[in-house]
Amino acid sequence: MEVTTLVPGSQQMEKIHKHFFADMSVMLGRSMRHIFRSVDTIITVTIMPIAFMLLFVYVFGGAIQAGTANYVNYLLPGILLIAIASGISYTAYRLFIDVQRGIIERFRSMPIAPSTMLWGHVLTSLVSNAISIVVIILVALIMGFRSSAGLLPWLAVAGILALFTLALTWVAVIPGLTAKSVDGASAFSYPLIFLPFISSAFVPTRSMPPVVRAFAEHQPVTAIVNTIRALLYGQPVSNDIWVALAWCVGILLVAYIFAMRVYKKRV
Amino acid sequence: MQSIAIQVKDIQKSYKKLSVLNGVNFSVERGSIFALLGSNGAGKTTLIKILTTLLKQDGGTAVVNGFDVTSQPDHVRQSISLTGQFAAVDEMLTGQENLIMIARLRHVNQPRQTADELLTRFGLTDAATRRVATYSGGMRRRLDLAMSLVGTPPILFLDEPTTGLDPEARIEVWNVVKELADGGRTVFLTTQYLDEAEQLADRIAILHEGKIIASGTLADLKKLFPPAQVEYVEKQPTLEEIFLAIIGKKEAR
Repeated sequence: MEVTTLVPGSQQMEKIHKHFFADMSVMLGRSMRHIFRSVDTIITVTIMPIAFMLLFVYVFGGAIQAGTANYVNYLLPGILLIAIASGISYTAYRLFIDVQRGIIERFRSMPIAPSTMLWGHVLTSLVSNAISIVVIILVALIMGFRSSAGLLPWLAVAGILALFTLALTWVAVIPGLTAKSVDGASAFSYPLIFLPFISSAFVPTRSMPPVVRAFAEHQPVTAIVNTIRALLYGQPVSNDIWVALAWCVGILLVAYIFAMRVYKKRV
Repeated sequence: MQSIAIQVKDIQKSYKKLSVLNGVNFSVERGSIFALLGSNGAGKTTLIKILTTLLKQDGGTAVVNGFDVTSQPDHVRQSISLTGQFAAVDEMLTGQENLIMIARLRHVNQPRQTADELLTRFGLTDAATRRVATYSGGMRRRLDLAMSLVGTPPILFLDEPTTGLDPEARIEVWNVVKELADGGRTVFLTTQYLDEAEQLADRIAILHEGKIIASGTLADLKKLFPPAQVEYVEKQPTLEEIFLAIIGKKEAR
């Protein structure tokens, strides 16, 4: 290949944000390839929540008084949140690998907007979580899950789940960029996976002792679970939806600002 | 138009209390190969990170391609490419996909064609559609260098480009670097190997304990020592020469 003669310093300089969406689609394409070349990650993310669902419905379900005839119906929203909470840890893992391999330094030394690379990972998380959510809902249908909801409530459910995924994925970006080991990069998600257990996801909060109940009723999962449940089964949606949205948007904003600062500073 | 590609004045940097760079000064002419020589921990990588906008200095100024690294980092980024100490390639993608990705991010007109040209040039055509995870160390390094050449940035930073490579791959990298400088690009490289600096560089600077303690052409540096005395010593082939002679690939590239 002929090396073109360079006229030093004469290159046209341009604003980096001009190509924001083009650059982001390159980044998205890259991390989507990662996902489809390691399908095992999606399977792992899907299997655990399904196992929980089987366990709770067919083993514990008989003893749980949730107040609905069909326990799968009661359980499903919480299972979906668990799936998301474990799914986002792969975003942390992939970012950690990018940091380790040094490819992040290559991107940071290139004329691209800093957020494009992170958005690529975040949108990929959205897509892969959507896939596992669909699989889990299909399994739930086989197990007897039925919903009376029409298109609009389903769209609302999808919106809330997407917002929840976005918020948690931005949280996952932080350990992904800062962790010192692979274990550290994914360990943060354990408490997130545990959170639905201390909420209205599996049993009604009124059955809990006062202190636990107070915690359960004031953490985001309960509000989100109650909202999704109301939407799916045609019950009136209470204030919970606003509490749920406030939590998601709040977590999203704080995590996004923090993650961007970490990314720009990262050595 | 300036003839200086990189101008570094009194750069200082410390990590907490540990002072790494204590007032580094030098300049690099356009189209030349500049080698920064230093032992492990001398601050070479820190300096490269400052020059490539990855790290902010505590004091002093650095101007790359006429742009200040602190106040115009975006313009600096459009003028440079960085090949880090470890091959920064995407293992899940193929060699070709890696190059196309960088070409698209650099907004090259024909990403695929650019990628294929570089694959040919770096002898990676046969491996183009294989995942990088299956590549050898030398192949990764070649791909890494190829990725840095996409979009023809005028200034290249190479941080220890041959560390961890076998002798053959090292010579390949040297040839590429020489070719680049012949094509008019400025190459800034760090190394801990004296022979590498001797082989490649137009100018050499020695970084020691956070300061440049000597700099100049190889001839300049040689003058710092007392004149050579003639001694007669039996010339033994080095192990490297033996190795290369046996595998017979010395003149391959």
